[in-house]
Amino acid sequence: MSGDIARDAVGDYRYGFHDPENATIRFDKGLSEQVVRDISELKNEPDWMTEIRVKAYHRFMEMPMPSWGNCDMLNQIDFDAVTYFLRSSEGTEKDWDDVPDDIKNTFDRLGIPEAEQKWLGGVTAQYESEAVYHSIREDLEEQGVLFFDMDSGLKEHPDLVKKYFCSVVPASDNKFSALNTAVWSGGSFIYVPKGVHVELPVQAYFRINAKNMGQFERTLIIADEGSSIHYVEGCTAPTYSTESLHSAVVELIAMEGAKIRYSTVQNWSANVYNLVTKRGIAHSNATIEWVDGNIGSKLTMKYPSVILKGEGAHAEVISVAYAGKGQHQDAGAKVHHLAPNTTSNILSKSIAKNGGRSSYRGMLQVTPKAKGCRSKVICDALMLDADSQSDTYPTMEVGNSSADLEHEASVSKVSNDQLFYLMSRGHSEEEAMGMIVNGFFEPFTRELPMEYAVELNRLLELEMEGAIG
Amino acid sequence: MLCIENLHVSVDDTEILKGVSLRINLGEVHAVMGRNGSGKSTLANVIMGHPAYEITSGDIKFKGTSLEEMEVFERARAGMFLSFQYPSSIPGVQVGTFLRKSVSAVRGDEAPSAREFRKELKSHMDALEMDKSFLARYVNDGFSGGEKKRLEILQMLLLNPTLALLDETDSGLDIDALRVVAEGINSITPRAGCLLITHYQRLLDHVKPDYVHVMIDGKIVKTGGADLAVKLEAQGYDWIEA
Repeated sequence: MSGDIARDAVGDYRYGFHDPENATIRFDKGLSEQVVRDISELKNEPDWMTEIRVKAYHRFMEMPMPSWGNCDMLNQIDFDAVTYFLRSSEGTEKDWDDVPDDIKNTFDRLGIPEAEQKWLGGVTAQYESEAVYHSIREDLEEQGVLFFDMDSGLKEHPDLVKKYFCSVVPASDNKFSALNTAVWSGGSFIYVPKGVHVELPVQAYFRINAKNMGQFERTLIIADEGSSIHYVEGCTAPTYSTESLHSAVVELIAMEGAKIRYSTVQNWSANVYNLVTKRGIAHSNATIEWVDGNIGSKLTMKYPSVILKGEGAHAEVISVAYAGKGQHQDAGAKVHHLAPNTTSNILSKSIAKNGGRSSYRGMLQVTPKAKGCRSKVICDALMLDADSQSDTYPTMEVGNSSADLEHEASVSKVSNDQLFYLMSRGHSEEEAMGMIVNGFFEPFTRELPMEYAVELNRLLELEMEGAIG
Repeated sequence: MLCIENLHVSVDDTEILKGVSLRINLGEVHAVMGRNGSGKSTLANVIMGHPAYEITSGDIKFKGTSLEEMEVFERARAGMFLSFQYPSSIPGVQVGTFLRKSVSAVRGDEAPSAREFRKELKSHMDALEMDKSFLARYVNDGFSGGEKKRLEILQMLLLNPTLALLDETDSGLDIDALRVVAEGINSITPRAGCLLITHYQRLLDHVKPDYVHVMIDGKIVKTGGADLAVKLEAQGYDWIEA
């Protein structure tokens, strides 16, 4: 592909470049029980994991496609065209200089080594199916914090993995969690010991490079009693005319009094299906926070969930979604109040532009046991033109009358008066639109580490350019 | 500097301005007075380029250039400023960020350095008796009427226009706020032209106009000096129409 053609294909998406595909191991396209067994064998996994995989594979084959979300797009997925495993580097390195040049250059362009030096406590960089780089600050290691890519986590701490794997998201939870469980590779494994507070965020970055790639990372984070951690993830992929599939499962366990914050800036190229299951269990007085931003992908279906299992547990879900041309962001949140005096806040902000579609799909469940719980749900949508679509599908199941629940929803448009006001202060229409959009997402961006917030604002400003007709 | 010739303006096919001519030179303060619905605010908005208004005939020239082909933001960058009667709120955008971006958009190459900007900002905010906590709030979001008007004047001082259009900047202000706002206006008039749209004499006690125009039904029907405003305050508009 010549430079010009590549640029045309990439458009305004500045992460759409790709490296040559130098695979050391590449499985043939398509899925079968043998593929699942081969992945497990290649990784020298214990038999119990192979069995979990094979069982999950059969569940995946039996389960129907979801009948909601975006069925047209889901039914276009050609599972036979996907590459389910691709190894691009001999091992997971601790030094960027040992990572193959092409791959290292890519992560340089994405700013990962720089961010690591400045403000991160640890980094895992996954390229295709596996981590190519992984490191953790020594001080964290000394405090007993375990931070591995998931494959290494299973090797080093099989008992912990065996105990918690699939304990929050069972393989049979949905078709895509079954698929992930069958073919998972990479992701992060984290254990924070009792009382340890990990001050600097740790980051995972997921990069797809190959065409028709399937990336199926699996993440498990356990925060023991009274500990805390902030995990940040980012992701990008090249722009191709054919689709790639990203289907992850993330399980969080916050023990008594622990706190986990999980922040995501999802910026896949517009040819990636992003079908992800994220769920956490919060024990007594624990807090789980999902800070979830969806800017890229073709179709995202993702509803970060929290099960408030212990008394006094708290859930916070702040999510934003931006749907441009050809994109559907079907995102939202689920919170299950199972214990007394549990609390939750859900804030969802979505923007649709140029015929894009953004949907909020939420579930709030209050069981009879959850006396005295409180929840507040706010959904705001901003429409930038008349061709775009925004819809809201909130579900509430309330099993006792002592719950204090609030739900607010709004759909607004950018007004001519706002644009005129900003333009009268010297800002072009695109700049004015960018300011309004960034302002709308501000409750989300202010929760991100500053470097991410700046990057997100810049991305959204780029999205507004050349888009006004 | 501003030259309006026989301007006719419509909104949705209803003619609002029916032949307005007006010249404003640098350093002059012009007050336009008139009843509600006489077309005063339309005049200010159409000069700035509000898209809802259609110029059906006539012309507006600013520093010798017709505004016809100039976008709103280009007018701002050329040195025009409108203080809004009802400024829009921009949720999520902090005042401090907004001011910095606006100053760099309008003043371009001549925009102050970050340090200079902070200095300018502080001195203007002190003059307008604004607390620095303003800077962290969202633009006009949840502001009282008086706070909005102060923010408008703060923007005017920072953007340093050569033509300031002030659309009922005095309405909704108490006596103290009126004095502070008037001082802000007076501080730019030596180097700028100024068009004050107002209902009341009381702003003109603080900002002395060189010319007072009376607008009735989309036309300027009478022009005089500062004493005309005093007479209007005492006698109303009926004697002009008679």
